[in-house]
Amino acid sequence: MDLLKLISDIEKVDPEVYERLDPRRRVFRHFGLAGKAVTAAVLPGLVSGIFQRAYGQTSALTPEIQGVLNLALSLEYLEFYFYDSGLKAGTLIPATDRPAFETIRNDESGHIKVLREALGSAAIPDPTVGAFDYTGGRGLIAGPFATVFTDYKIFLGVAQSFVDTGVRAYKGGAPVLMPNKDILESALNIHSVEARHSSHVRTVRRAVEGGNPSNGTSVAGNLANLNKIPKSWISGIDNGGASPDTTPSTRPVYDKGNPEATYPAESNTTQAGANIVNAAAGITAAAASEAFDEPLDPTTVKSIARNFVKSTTTLFV
Amino acid sequence: MMTNSASQSTEPLATPSAPAGVARRDFLRYTGAGAALAGLFLAGCDDDTDEVGDAALLDVGTGDTGILNYAYALEQLEAAFYAQIKNGSYYKGLAASSAEKQILDDLSLHEQAHADFFKAALAGNAIKALEPDFSKINFDDRGSVLTNAQAFEDLGVAAYNGAGRFIQSATNLTLAGKIVSVEARHAALIRDLRQYNSFVASDVVDVFTPTSATSAPGVGAGTGKERSKRPQEVLATANQFLKAGSRLSATNFS
Repeated sequence: MDLLKLISDIEKVDPEVYERLDPRRRVFRHFGLAGKAVTAAVLPGLVSGIFQRAYGQTSALTPEIQGVLNLALSLEYLEFYFYDSGLKAGTLIPATDRPAFETIRNDESGHIKVLREALGSAAIPDPTVGAFDYTGGRGLIAGPFATVFTDYKIFLGVAQSFVDTGVRAYKGGAPVLMPNKDILESALNIHSVEARHSSHVRTVRRAVEGGNPSNGTSVAGNLANLNKIPKSWISGIDNGGASPDTTPSTRPVYDKGNPEATYPAESNTTQAGANIVNAAAGITAAAASEAFDEPLDPTTVKSIARNFVKSTTTLFV
Repeated sequence: MMTNSASQSTEPLATPSAPAGVARRDFLRYTGAGAALAGLFLAGCDDDTDEVGDAALLDVGTGDTGILNYAYALEQLEAAFYAQIKNGSYYKGLAASSAEKQILDDLSLHEQAHADFFKAALAGNAIKALEPDFSKINFDDRGSVLTNAQAFEDLGVAAYNGAGRFIQSATNLTLAGKIVSVEARHAALIRDLRQYNSFVASDVVDVFTPTSATSAPGVGAGTGKERSKRPQEVLATANQFLKAGSRLSATNFS
C-alpha cells in the first residue's frame, strides 16, 4: 500500500485533500496515539480511519447526538423568544440593562444558527413564539409568573431559571457528543457563554432586588436570601431558586436529577469521590458547592422546560 | 520527545510562523520520498519542537492524566494569584461587607477548591507544585489586579473549552464541564466589575449580530460561541506567570 500515491491520486480530484486530512495537523496525532511506531500491519486500519475523518463529516449524526442537539435547540428557542419578548415589552427592561439582554438574545440566536447547521435536516422546526407560555401556565397564560413581561423582577427570576437550566442541560449532554469532537467543542463553546449569561443575569437580579439597580457588581450576595439576592454563581441549591414555592417551582432547576449519582443537586460537595469541603482552608460547604456546577439529565431538563410551553406543542415531550 | 530523524529539526513544521499548508504538503512528500512506510516513526511529527531552546519545560503528559495535569497547572496559577491578592493594599482596603471583597474571597476559595481537587484526583500522577511569577502584577492597584483576574479567568474558560476534545473519559469531560462553567461565571463577573455589561464581548466570544432588529432566530452574522484556545497557546500565556523550572508544555495535545 502506497499511502503517498493514494493521496496524490486523490489530490487530482480533490485539491483540498490535505486540508481535509489534516486541518490542524491532527492527522499525525492519530498515528502517534497508535503507539508511535506505525507498521505496515496496522497502516490499513489507520488510513481508513483517517479517510473516514476526512470525508465522513456529511454522514448522519447518531440518533443520540441528534437528541442532545435538538434538546439544546429547543432550549435555545425557549430562551430566544423569552428575551426577545422581554425586549419588545415596552418599558420592562430599563435602559441600562437593555444592551445586556440584547447581547443575550443575540447570542441565543447565534446558538440556534450553530445547532441548526450541525443538525441539518434533522433540526426541529422553529416553534415560533406562539409555542411558549412564559407565565408557567402551560398555555393558560395565567401561570404563577403572569407578570413576567411587566414586572422586571419576575422577568429576571424566570431568566435566571432558564439560563441555569440551560447550563446544566449542556453539561449533561456533552458526554453524548464525544464521538464528534467538532460538535462537542461547539457545544462547549455555547455552554460557557450560557454560564456567562447566567452570571450576568444573577448580577442584575442582585442589583434590582438588592437596592442598587444601576450596577449589581456593587451588591454583595446574601446567603440568607439567595432566592432574591443570589451570587453570580450557584451557592448550594440557592435556597430553591427565584421562586421555590410556586407551581411550577424553580426548585428542580437546582435539585438532583436522575440518577442522582450522575446528576447530583447543585449543593453537591463531593467530586469524583473527593470531599471538596476543607475547613482548614476555609472551603465551606457553600464554597465547595459554588466551585462546581452540576449536570442535569434530559428528562429532568424537559420536565422543567415543559412548564413554559403550551400543552399543545411537542416541545420537551 | 520521541526519537526521530535528525532532519526533523530543520523541517518547516518546527517554525510556528511557517505557512502551515505548504509545510504539511512538503512534509507528506518528504516522508514519502525518504522513508519506507513499514516501521516509519511518525511520532516525531508532534508539534513539540517549540520547546527547543528551553529544555526546562515540564510536560503535562499524555492521555487524560495529561489533560487533568494541564487543568491542575492552570488552577494552581489561579489559586496562587488570588492568594497573592490578599497581601496587596487593594484587597486590604476593601470594606469587610463589600461586594468586591465577597467576590474576591469567593474566587479565591473556588480556585483553591479546584486546585486541591485536581491534586487529590491525580494523586501520584500529579505534576509538582508550580512556582508562580507575579512580578508583573501590581497587587496594590485595583486596575492591575482586575485586569489580570479577567485575563486568568478568560484564559481558563478558553483552555477548558479547547481541551475538551482531547479528553477520553466521559467522567473527566463532565468534571471539566463542572469547572469551566464556574470559570465562565467568574470571568463574566470580573468583566462586569471592570466594565458593566461586558460579560460577553468580541474578544472572547464570536458575538452574533442579527441581520435586522426584527430578524428571525438564527439569521445573522457570527455564532455566539466562546473562542477556544489550544494548550500550546494557553501555555504560552500561562508560562509568562511561572518561574523557570515551573513552565509547561503540552506536546501531546495539539
